Amino acid sequence: MASAPTTKAAAGAAAQDPILKVEHLSMRFGGLMAINDLSFECRRGDITALIGPNGAGKTTVFNCITGFYKPTMGMMTLRQKGGQDYLLERLADFEITKRAKVARTFQNIRLFTGLTVLENLLVAQHNALMRASGYTILGLFGFPAYRKASKESIELARYWLDKASLTERADDPAGDLPYGAQRRLEIARAMCTGPELLCLDEPAAGLNPRESLALNTLLQGIRADTGTSILLIEHDMSVVMEISDHVVVLEYGQKISDGTPDFVKNDPKVIAAYLGVEDDEVEEVIAEVEEVAHEVEGGQK
Amino acid sequence: MEYFVQQLVNGLTLGSIYGMIAIGYTMVYGIIGMINFAHGDIFMLGGFAALIVFLALTSLFAGIPVVLALLIMMIVAMIMASLWNWTIERVAYRPLRGSFRLAPLITAIGMSIALSNFIQVTQGPRNKPIPPLVSSVYNIAGISISLKQIIIILITAILLSVFWYIVHRTPLGRAQRATEQDRKMAALLGIDVDRTISVTFIMGAALAAVAGTMYLMYYGVVVFTDGFIPGVKAFTAAVLGGIGSLPGAVLGGLLIGLIESLWSAYFTIDYKDVATFSILAIVLIFKPSGILGRPEVEKV
Repeated sequence: MASAPTTKAAAGAAAQDPILKVEHLSMRFGGLMAINDLSFECRRGDITALIGPNGAGKTTVFNCITGFYKPTMGMMTLRQKGGQDYLLERLADFEITKRAKVARTFQNIRLFTGLTVLENLLVAQHNALMRASGYTILGLFGFPAYRKASKESIELARYWLDKASLTERADDPAGDLPYGAQRRLEIARAMCTGPELLCLDEPAAGLNPRESLALNTLLQGIRADTGTSILLIEHDMSVVMEISDHVVVLEYGQKISDGTPDFVKNDPKVIAAYLGVEDDEVEEVIAEVEEVAHEVEGGQK
Repeated sequence: MEYFVQQLVNGLTLGSIYGMIAIGYTMVYGIIGMINFAHGDIFMLGGFAALIVFLALTSLFAGIPVVLALLIMMIVAMIMASLWNWTIERVAYRPLRGSFRLAPLITAIGMSIALSNFIQVTQGPRNKPIPPLVSSVYNIAGISISLKQIIIILITAILLSVFWYIVHRTPLGRAQRATEQDRKMAALLGIDVDRTISVTFIMGAALAAVAGTMYLMYYGVVVFTDGFIPGVKAFTAAVLGGIGSLPGAVLGGLLIGLIESLWSAYFTIDYKDVATFSILAIVLIFKPSGILGRPEVEKV
């Protein structure tokens, strides 16, 4: 709707290649139109933020992308590095991760609390391990292919444990971790599925400023090291403004703005809708937002 | 004292059989939260499969060694029972997943009745005896232990270790435990949840079939109603040990076997089931989640 072509061009030529294309997505629950004709794109290698007031339908978009809901209408195309296209609305839930390579985390953390931290990361590598273990049968007899795969999976898990600074807690039950660590573990687990697109639902919710700074570093590290594209829902503006390349703003299931963080931040429509304030308060709120952004910048230097 | 130890051995044997059946109940409950009431009949079906294989083997190859015969009986029974349980899950439980909680329970009872009637019609309603397969009895310090008992206890121990290993150390077991905790999340990590559940049914049925074969070998007879009482006892064992817990199922099975044989030895045999179930009731009053079960803690 309000997307300005000039702001998009800044991201460079490689970024023109979209990893996820959502077209005319609609989701209806009875009489409620949770998402109404929503179209947007995530470019490969970008961090795309999906923002909007509570109830705007952000999580519903995620649920459609990851197969929790079958959308009423619309098309979601995921294009992998190799060029294969997957129509996400047609895949069964487990195939979205297994074949299309989309991973997600949840607003309310969903770890396997009874499994250890390491096991949580190994479960995410289930398909590779099952293949290597000959669907368990060969694995029981200790075939070398399985041993190798098993070693590799532990190495990958260790790599992400290290990235999420959880190495010392590897053998503790995941439920015993503090909240911030559980968030990082959930992201690490999602990364262990080897995704091309990582969907994060409010990764910074409930984190203190220091933890959310650590989260920024983790996310930027993910993008830099693995080239994984990230789509995130976030309320914490310091995170959104700091790390995202591209912001899509929803309100009442519709897109109201789409562009770079700077563009979106100054879009009067966004300010009015997102913050839901009277006109005379807008200035105040903008000042507040900028102050937070500066603080974060200052804290990093 | 010798009498007591003798009863202990008998109880252990019986308990091993209950324990092997109980594992099927507990695993299925763990992963999809339903009681597969047809599981007892799967056990009976395993017994019948073993019986048929035994009759076929002895008529085709008269001099077949007992060990080989037992092994073939067990394997065929395992395959047959697994196929049955897989089919039941596929046609009667999977379509009802996600409907209200009682629906799969009712179909499970339906399946149980269907299976036992199917066997009644196709195999006849009378007891099916076989000649004793293994008859050696050893006397150790005044206690007589039959080879049958040793085989049963040994096979139970071996299979339980294999199962424990599968559930705790393999990717499959990890997927099962993950599915048990959060089915939707497991799917989001790329685990084929439906397949994992099917495998769980297959594993439970395979153990029940081994139990069926052992039961046939121990008592030398099997009848179409055999799914019911041992099935209910094994279910009781699973609840007693803490439903959803693998070691709990075995412990529950052994306890029930021991209670039964000790009660029959020292009190009156007519009241052995009364005693067993009374103890179940008492344990559950004081420990509602069973001996090894984790109490469900709701986070607020």
